[in-house]
Amino acid sequence: MKPTKIENPEYFHKVIDCQYACPAHTAVPEYIRLIDNERYEDAYMVNWESNVFPGILGRICDRPCEPACRRGRIDEEPVAICRLKRVAADYKSAIDERMPKIPQEKNGKKIGLIGGGPASLTVARDLMVLGYEVDLYDDQQKAGGFIRTQVPSFRLPEKVLDEEVNRILNFGVNTILGHYVKSLKEIVDKGYDAVFVGTGAPRGRDLPNLPGRELGDKFIHIGIEWLAAVLYRHVEKTGKRVLVLGGGNTAMDCCRTARRLGGDEVKVIVRSPREEMKASPWEIEDAEREDIEIIDNHVPLEFVVENGVLTGMRFDRVEPKYDDNGKRSLVSTGEEPVFIPCDEVLLAVGQQNAYPFIERDIGIEFSDNGLPVIDPVTLQSTLPQVFFGGDAAFGPRNVITAVAHGHEAGLSIHLFCQGQDLHNRPHPMVKMQGQKMGIHDWLYDSHVTEEDRQEVIMVEKVKSIQDRLIEVELGFDHDRGQREAKRCLNCDVQTVFDPATCIECDACVDICPVSCINFTDNADEEPMRAKLIIPAQNRNQALYVSSSLPTGRIMVKDENVCLHCGLCAERCPTSSWEMVKFIYKAPQAGMK
Amino acid sequence: MSYTRPTFRHPEQQRNDKGYFRRDYEGAISTLCAGCGHDSISTAIVQACFEMAVEPHRVAKLSGIGCSSKTPAYFLGKSHGFNSVHGRMPSIATGANMANRDLLYIGVSGDGDTASIGMGQFAHALRRNLNMNYIVMNNGCYGLTKGQDSATADKGSAGKKGTPNPFESIDLCELAIELGASFVARSFSGDKQQLVPLLKAAISHNGLAFLDVISPCVTFNNTATSTKSYQYVREHSEATGTFDFIPLQREILTRYEPGTTQAITMHDGSLLYLEKLEQSFDVTSRRRSVDKLEEAKENGRLLTGVIYVKPDSQDTHDIINTTLRPLNSLDQSDLCPGSEVLAAINENYR
Repeated sequence: MKPTKIENPEYFHKVIDCQYACPAHTAVPEYIRLIDNERYEDAYMVNWESNVFPGILGRICDRPCEPACRRGRIDEEPVAICRLKRVAADYKSAIDERMPKIPQEKNGKKIGLIGGGPASLTVARDLMVLGYEVDLYDDQQKAGGFIRTQVPSFRLPEKVLDEEVNRILNFGVNTILGHYVKSLKEIVDKGYDAVFVGTGAPRGRDLPNLPGRELGDKFIHIGIEWLAAVLYRHVEKTGKRVLVLGGGNTAMDCCRTARRLGGDEVKVIVRSPREEMKASPWEIEDAEREDIEIIDNHVPLEFVVENGVLTGMRFDRVEPKYDDNGKRSLVSTGEEPVFIPCDEVLLAVGQQNAYPFIERDIGIEFSDNGLPVIDPVTLQSTLPQVFFGGDAAFGPRNVITAVAHGHEAGLSIHLFCQGQDLHNRPHPMVKMQGQKMGIHDWLYDSHVTEEDRQEVIMVEKVKSIQDRLIEVELGFDHDRGQREAKRCLNCDVQTVFDPATCIECDACVDICPVSCINFTDNADEEPMRAKLIIPAQNRNQALYVSSSLPTGRIMVKDENVCLHCGLCAERCPTSSWEMVKFIYKAPQAGMK
Repeated sequence: MSYTRPTFRHPEQQRNDKGYFRRDYEGAISTLCAGCGHDSISTAIVQACFEMAVEPHRVAKLSGIGCSSKTPAYFLGKSHGFNSVHGRMPSIATGANMANRDLLYIGVSGDGDTASIGMGQFAHALRRNLNMNYIVMNNGCYGLTKGQDSATADKGSAGKKGTPNPFESIDLCELAIELGASFVARSFSGDKQQLVPLLKAAISHNGLAFLDVISPCVTFNNTATSTKSYQYVREHSEATGTFDFIPLQREILTRYEPGTTQAITMHDGSLLYLEKLEQSFDVTSRRRSVDKLEEAKENGRLLTGVIYVKPDSQDTHDIINTTLRPLNSLDQSDLCPGSEVLAAINENYR
């Protein structure tokens, strides 16, 4: 193998599994360390700089970081990264002074944002700071988009949402709210220097061809529309028996909301096997905690309507079959269809993009799947001054991806307005900071705690299902927050090896608790992985390979389960191992 | 500074034949200097005991005084241990071995503990061929008292203070052969590939297995002028051959060419295959082994690997014909079987 190019910022970035997995590349270990030091404002700002909505995401993020967390590979459960983000948001004191100053003198460029969701708000934040003038259009009375209309208040209280949305609007965004943009051409013709479309995936899928759909229409609702209606109090109660169709997070929001509006007997019916449900595991758990039954492998056959009243639904029982390519099909078991009685049905079977406001002759090309043709890096459409982001760009994803798109689009728009090449993007900002204080002292707390993942404190069920405005999770208290923060392994503090000074004494090999360091003869990657002290079977994790040492051997470290405990560096007589904090900031508009 | 080691271990670590994990053979975190060769030897002992599936509670660790004698705290934390007076490890080992012949005895000593203050003890444990592994962690200096030359420091070698040692050095391996050790080997703390199988062979040997392990003192004796530095040992060591230790009941996977290979059946039936560098060398011949050591010395080389083995060796218990049961398990009725038995014995002599 060739020596690892540790100068490439992506090498050490990848070692920080959580940060690498985060679409916005939030510096997770850094903010967790700040929480550990009770520096909540600093922890909040580390978050705010990259993910813009720490309080919101600390409650409703899809948490791609947690399955990636290294702790999950050595301990039973990963660090509760998402809930720690909330700790930063909950415990911070005033942070207004830390907010960037918005230039009084504008740079003369004007940007139009369509849709007031997280993607647009991120673009607004990144560009306001640089002196842009920003107009934001949304059809609702308040900005926030999906996270306001569809995420129920018992998961995300309005107060939290308002705080973080208003912080951006208060930078001086011109808001044009309650205004539905009917024509993109009209907006483009206003002469904006660039336009950003962040309109989400606003259309909930229906089951128009299922028998009884039309007859039972009064009792059948599209999930996301129904959730918005609940928010605006157009819907205040529901029938006692409610069926929710679908296995994603919207289904979970629907069933739990129904439970709070009078649904005593709420069931979620899923086509696929339970293991393949799209909803986050913790959201499924929360639903079940509220007595909601989840019935899998049931495909809807018809709505049963008697005398104009919906009485229930009929389902076909199926089982999954997998072909040689692992492709799944749902095959009927041949049993009698199942009738499940109900008073109301909520459809949460997916969301679709819709662009009725985009004229097809203004230069924006669409692909066969109905989505606009967009450069995946720059997010630019075929009409050069129009950019897309969030769910509107590539179909439904999640909030943190929308934020990441917002940053990329902001960056593209900034380059575009300066007449620069959009593909010539700035590099990430990278810094390396030695952590050594003395022979055995580190600037970071390298002790690896055995503490289990902390349970989050919740409001009593009896109380919370009475009122959809009561937030169910109370978050970590001070003690739990501190204990959980200590569980972080500090993967951003990198083990950096200098082959020039190594005397091959084996001290690091001997002390490493997880046997990840090896000194061995060189080989190709596959045989190398096989011959290590403990074979490196996790191919998603890199091998850190040094250049040749005096004996002709090389150092090979399997990054997979390194605890970043620093013992290799502590036991190294020549400081050939060093613990170096690696700071990585993904590029944003205005970054040099 | 870290006083504890994280308890997490690699999730894919394997169990050995007795169901133990490697961590079951570990000890406390070392307090020796960073980079000390002794720590590598401790790890090699952990690895060898793990691979041999020795039950930790069937091992007794014995040591004297010195940096080396601290190491039993750093391996086999679940085994028995006794840290004795300076140079007196062999007496303690002898006593323990007499009381319970069923345990595995690992004696750890240093060059000061063995070649100076404990020389007399060393000699007699070897003469008696006590069934134990006698490991000397040999760094050529008194590390615990600021690095003075020890009796194994080579003539002319200079440590951190810079003054070359004016005296002749003691070659412990040569002495061990002379004194009647039945298994003699030398290795280097920086070469676990050699050291671990050597330790395994020593574990399965019946009688005294003596291992002289050169173990650089990074603080006082790892200089360019020292003959016990990492660099010097790497550049000057010459193995008697590569070898393969095959525990009993393990399949023999490698084909060995006759002629250059010497197969030695150990006491417990395990096999030691020695792929010799020199055809005429016979590790079971005391004379050839001593010659070989002298020859290497003349050429300025340090001979490592298996140096001498007496496969059919008889340990102290065999020699003095003790009871097969451990003495500590004999009770009153065994020891004082009564007047009838005495009468019977007396009758024999009439």
